[in-house]
Amino acid sequence: MSPQSRVRVTSSRRGASTARARPVARDLDEQTTLGDVYIDGLIRAQRRLSLRVLAVLVASLIGLPLLLWEVPSIRTMTLASVPLPWILIGVAIYPATWSLARWYARATERLEADFIAVVEEQ
Amino acid sequence: MNSLLSAVSVAVVCLITLLVGGLGLRLSRATSDFYVAGRTVSPRLNASAIGGEYLSAASFLGVAGLIYDRGVDMLWLPVGYTVGYLVLLVVVAAPMRRSGAYTLPDFAEARLGSRRIRLASSVLVVGIGWLYLIPQFHGASLTLTLVTGAPDWLGGLIVMVVIGLAVGAGGMRSITFVQAVQYWLKLTALAIPAFVLLAIWFRQGAPAPVTTTAWASPFAAGGVDSHPLYWTWSTLIALCLGTMGLPHVLVRFYTNPDGIGARRTTVTVIALLGFFYLLPPVYAVLGRGYLPTLPASVRSDSIVLQLPATVLPGLAGQILTAMLAGGAFAAFLSTASGLAMSVTGVLDQELLRPGLARATGGDASEIGGFRVSAVLAVIIPYLLSRVTAPLGLATTVGLAFTVAAATFAPLLMLGVWWRGLSRWGAAAGLATGAGGAIGAMALSIVGGPYDGWLGALLSAPAMWCVPLAALVTVVVSVATPGSIPSGTARIMVRLHTPERVALARSRLRD
Repeated sequence: MSPQSRVRVTSSRRGASTARARPVARDLDEQTTLGDVYIDGLIRAQRRLSLRVLAVLVASLIGLPLLLWEVPSIRTMTLASVPLPWILIGVAIYPATWSLARWYARATERLEADFIAVVEEQ
Repeated sequence: MNSLLSAVSVAVVCLITLLVGGLGLRLSRATSDFYVAGRTVSPRLNASAIGGEYLSAASFLGVAGLIYDRGVDMLWLPVGYTVGYLVLLVVVAAPMRRSGAYTLPDFAEARLGSRRIRLASSVLVVGIGWLYLIPQFHGASLTLTLVTGAPDWLGGLIVMVVIGLAVGAGGMRSITFVQAVQYWLKLTALAIPAFVLLAIWFRQGAPAPVTTTAWASPFAAGGVDSHPLYWTWSTLIALCLGTMGLPHVLVRFYTNPDGIGARRTTVTVIALLGFFYLLPPVYAVLGRGYLPTLPASVRSDSIVLQLPATVLPGLAGQILTAMLAGGAFAAFLSTASGLAMSVTGVLDQELLRPGLARATGGDASEIGGFRVSAVLAVIIPYLLSRVTAPLGLATTVGLAFTVAAATFAPLLMLGVWWRGLSRWGAAAGLATGAGGAIGAMALSIVGGPYDGWLGALLSAPAMWCVPLAALVTVVVSVATPGSIPSGTARIMVRLHTPERVALARSRLRD
C-alpha cells in the first residue's frame, strides 16, 4: 500500500435544499391539503377529548336523578344526620365539576403543546 | 331604622358601581375598549367578573326561595347554572376566543358569511337579553319595597338608571372592574349573614327545621311537577346548554388574552360559582326552621331578606338585612349591566350605527350612537317589567336559558366542531329552536296550566326542542351542501389553531 495524498470527500448535494424547509404552520395558514390534514387531526383529537368529558357529564346528570328515582331508599338515607340527596346535589357535585374542568383544561393544553411542536418543526 | 340602614346600603352599592364605572371611563379610549376591554384582562380578574356578572337576582334570591318553597328537587337549578360553564368550557371557550369576533351575531356572520343569519342572531340576542333583564327589575322592586317600604316601581327604576349610566359612560372596561368587585361583594353579603344565622341556630340547640317528606326527599309526591324526573332532566338540559347561548356570558370570553386564558378563566369561574351556590340552601333550610309559613301575599323569593329580622330582632338583624339588600342590589346591577352591555352592542351595530350613518352622512360620532343604544337597551325591559306580572325570579330566568339552549347552543356546537354546517341548516335550526321554545312557553303561560304530559312538555320544553333544533340543523345542512360557506376551512383553522402558531392570513388582528 503506497502512501497517497489525502482526498477531500464532499457531498455532491451540499447546495441542494432539504426536502421540506417550510413549517407546517404555513400550510395551515394557506389551507393546503397538508394543512387540512393537520388541522383535521387537531380538531378530531380535541373533539374526542370534549366528548369524553361530555359523556361523563351526561352519565352523571342522567344517572343521578335516575338513581334517586329508581331506588327510593337512597332518598331517605342520611350521612351524619344530613339527608344524602342534599349532600350529593347540594355540595359534592361542585368539587366534582371543578375537578373535571381542571382535568380537561390540562389535557387540552397538552394536546395543543404537542400540536405546536409538530407544526413549528422545520 | 331598618329601612334607613337598608336604604343606605343599597345607595352605597349603587354609588360604588357608578364610581368604579367612572374610573374605567378614563381608561376607555378606543371603540374596542368599550366593547371588550381591549382584550387584556387576566384570567383571575376575568373569572371574578364573569362570576359577578352571572350571579343574578335568580341566584341571590330566587334559588333560596324556590328551595324553601319546593324542596330538594330545586337544588338542581344551581347545579345546572354551574355545569353550564363546564359544557361551555369543553365546547366553545377557546374556539370562541380565537374566532376574533365581538358578539354572537359577529360569530354567526363570520362562520356562515350571511347577513340574514346575523340579523336573526341579533334579534335573538336582544330578545334573550330583555327576557333576562325583566326579572332583574322585578327583583330590585321586590327587594326595595320589602326592606324600605318604597313604592314598587322605584327599585327597578334605580337599577335601570345606574346601569344605563355605567354602560353608556364606560362600556365594557369599566364593567369588567365593576363586575369583579361585585362577585366578592355578593359572596360576602350572602356568606356573613349565613354564618351568623347558622351560629345562632347552633347555639339554640340546632332545632330541626319543620319539613315534610315531599320537601326533604327527591321526587316525593306533591313536588315540582306531575313528571318530576322529566322536569329535572329537561331543566338540566336547558341550564347546561343555555349558559353558552346567553349573550352576556359569551361576550366575556372575548376579553381573555388568548384561548388558553379563556379556558383557565372558565375553570376558576366554576370554582367561584360552586362556593357561592353552597349558600342559598342554608337560607332555605333555616327558613323552614324559623319561618315555616309565609303569609299568602309574600313571595318565597323574599325568604333570604326576611330571615335575619326573624331570627335576630333588633339592630343586629337590621344590619344583616341591610347587608343582604346591598348584596341583592349588587346582583341586579351586575347581571343587568352585563346584559345591557350586550344588548347595547347589538342595537348599536345593527340599528343605530347604520341608521345614524344614513341620517347624517357619516358625521355622527360612534360613541354617541353607543350611548343612545344603552338608553334603549334598559328602558324597554324596564317598561316591560312594569306591565308583566312577576313569575318566580328563577322561573323567568329559566325561560331565557331555554330559548338560548334551543337556538344558540346547536349553532355554536355545530359551528365550532362540524365543517358540514350550511347556511340553510343554521337558519332552519335557529327557526326550529326559537319557534319550539318560545311557542311552548307562550302556550303554557297564556293557555295553561295544562295537566299531565302536555303540561310537562310545554312548561319544560328543552328536552325535546334542543335535540329537535340540532337534528333539523344537521339534516338540512346535509341536504343543502351547496350552501356550506366557502370560507369554512379558513374559519376552522382560525377557531382551533393555538395562538402560538403564527398565522398571518387566517387570523384576524386583535
